[in-house]
Amino acid sequence: MKFVDEFRNRDNALSLAKEIRKIGDLRVNLMEVCGTHTVSIFKHGIREMLPEGLRLLSGPGCPVCVTPASDIEKAIRMAGLNEVILTTFGDMMRVPGITSNLETARAGGGDVRVVYSLFEALKIARENPDRKVVFFGVGFETTSPGIAVTLIEAEKEGPGNFSLFSCHKLVPPAMKALLELGEADIAGFICPGHVSTIIGAKPYEFIPDKYHIPCVIAGFEPTDILQAILMLSRQAKQGVARVEIQYSRAVREQGNIKAQEVLDEVFEPVCSTWRGIGVIPDSGLKLRGRFKRFDALAWLEIPEIEEKEEEKGCICGHILRGIATPYDCPLFGKTCTPQDAIGPCMVGAEGTCGAYYKYGGRRQ
Amino acid sequence: MCLGIPAKVSKINGLIARVQVGGAEVAASIYLVPGVRAGDYVLLHAGFAIEIIDEQAAEETLDLLRKMVEEQES
Amino acid sequence: MSQDKILLAHGSGGKLTHSLIRDLFLQRFKNPILESLGDSAVFGIDKGRMAFTTDSYVVDPIFFPGGDIGRLAICGTVNDLAVSGAKPLYLCASFIIEEGFSQAELRDIVRSMKEAADEADVQVVSGDTKVVSKGSCDRIFITTSGIGLLPDGVEISPLRIKPGDQVIISGTIGDHGIAILSKREGLTFQTEITSDVAPLNHLVSSMLSEAKDAVHVLRDPTRGGLGTTLNEFVNNSDVGIRIYEERIPIREEVRGGCELLGIDPLYVANEGKLVAVVAKDAAERILASMKKTIYGRDARIIGEVVHKPRGIVTLATQIGGTRIVDMLSGEQLPRIC
Repeated sequence: MKFVDEFRNRDNALSLAKEIRKIGDLRVNLMEVCGTHTVSIFKHGIREMLPEGLRLLSGPGCPVCVTPASDIEKAIRMAGLNEVILTTFGDMMRVPGITSNLETARAGGGDVRVVYSLFEALKIARENPDRKVVFFGVGFETTSPGIAVTLIEAEKEGPGNFSLFSCHKLVPPAMKALLELGEADIAGFICPGHVSTIIGAKPYEFIPDKYHIPCVIAGFEPTDILQAILMLSRQAKQGVARVEIQYSRAVREQGNIKAQEVLDEVFEPVCSTWRGIGVIPDSGLKLRGRFKRFDALAWLEIPEIEEKEEEKGCICGHILRGIATPYDCPLFGKTCTPQDAIGPCMVGAEGTCGAYYKYGGRRQ
Repeated sequence: MCLGIPAKVSKINGLIARVQVGGAEVAASIYLVPGVRAGDYVLLHAGFAIEIIDEQAAEETLDLLRKMVEEQES
Repeated sequence: MSQDKILLAHGSGGKLTHSLIRDLFLQRFKNPILESLGDSAVFGIDKGRMAFTTDSYVVDPIFFPGGDIGRLAICGTVNDLAVSGAKPLYLCASFIIEEGFSQAELRDIVRSMKEAADEADVQVVSGDTKVVSKGSCDRIFITTSGIGLLPDGVEISPLRIKPGDQVIISGTIGDHGIAILSKREGLTFQTEITSDVAPLNHLVSSMLSEAKDAVHVLRDPTRGGLGTTLNEFVNNSDVGIRIYEERIPIREEVRGGCELLGIDPLYVANEGKLVAVVAKDAAERILASMKKTIYGRDARIIGEVVHKPRGIVTLATQIGGTRIVDMLSGEQLPRIC
């Protein structure tokens, strides 16, 4: 497959690994913000190719994991209303809410339907004009422009029974929050490639400017990730810090202007709660202007729900903030498994714990 | 969640295109990539093309890696 | 056959039931055991060990590229017998049909079952039909049970696996699951992906005639795919399996389909493939015998059994790294077989 296979070339990968080792003894932690990077690193076995002192930490870049339990609970309440059909991406089905999860809600009679794309949700709305169809919107800047386009088109052509429960979030504010917390010892950021396709390089500039930490925007194929690690290592060795783009074939300096415009037309930034981290200003997306009428929360009577504490022993928060790995968790692989997830990080293969469990085994 | 696959645009019909990944074909919205043409490769995410792939940049990246391999071998 | 829909009366045991049995099932499956129309099929078998299995088929859609629920119902059960080392002999088939189901479609399904049974050289000797009211089942569900004879000296069991054994896959992976999903999700392909649904008993006999003792374990990687099946071999054992990413045969279109749908081909169902773990010194011979058969022509050695790490399956990735291949966890692809 073009633009995929060439970036999985073994000689290139081994050669990059060699160049990284040549840099010498670097004891650094690099954070891969995005869950898709976490998975790719495991899938291709990249960790073992890196020198010992170079550690890769996972970050909060898993939208499924950072959606608060109270939001999941709201979705469950919505699904329980007779007139509602709740549509969602498959990943959200097993995330623990407060009382249960969407899968259990479906088994209990709630009309919850898994869709692969928003088009399917619209189709369901058209086919069920007497029901209210809600799309459970989760995801970062990669996903929200598509949602925005769908609403722009729905606003013109209908259907009128379609609404969005927006739990969309923004990545750079979360990175800022982590740095403000000052807990994790991060020497460099592997920045999310596809989020950056939309937002470009500028939103990360505050990181080298204010915190003197290098950033490299990386693609997702193994040689992309290895090349990004090389670029970060070189910056770290030289003691410099700037934003570089490794993923030049898909990321423009200014990002995708059209996508940024549609986002701005439909959404505005709002304060948002990140599970495991807390409230982060301007880190979520809220519908604005004439698109407010698509807001599921305005449409349906859903009470405010109090956030709940995570289960005793669950350290998903620490894992999302880069200060622990799944192996540090007393529940990992024992009482918390993908089939019986206690914390959000274990759900789906992109949650850090889910990825560690699936590809890395039960123990160090 | 950030899965994006390179797909080749085979046919454009207004704001929808047919795109191909290794012989598998599906419909995608090209709303976010004005100026895309048949034959271009786009990055496909959840039914939307979110960027046109810069083929020259891809070639440059691969050249850089090839040179690295050559230099190490000599 | 005047009406073209299946009615509740077709399942009630009366006149309509009898004409359905006579004009459709008997007509098609035509064999002396079935024709005696007793309450049970009665037949003699040679002394020895028998294998006995059952499976239900609820696949959606019921007609898919490369096959249908009928072919699947015959091949699935034949294959469960074959991978136990048995020669499949007799099958029975029960149908649960939703009121209003098309008779023409039922005829097509039964014809397809007959073709598959002939290809596998088995007979359908008993059956049952129930019709349920609209909404009580999704069009048609089929359950088949099968009985086969295990030749002397054939021992197929994961307990026989030893370090050094070679792991062989009989052909490309993921075809069936992607054929089903593509129909459901509206993917199209330049070269259409067809399900690989096929009876594998002749392939297994070739392998066993080549080197009976050397075949330690066989399985057909259906739900859960190759990844899950390999785990079943070694979980809770004191050996492991190592496979090589670049050796796993997969069609380009299936790869593309998996990328588009965001699923891992290692966990996608196959309905016409088997995995074999065989003794090292017989591996090449067994492979050669497989390649001579129609359903084994793309067979390949993809890995080996190792001492360590124990109890798990590891994959050597194409860029030279290593990772673990776990059992499938999480939502399986719904109703693909």
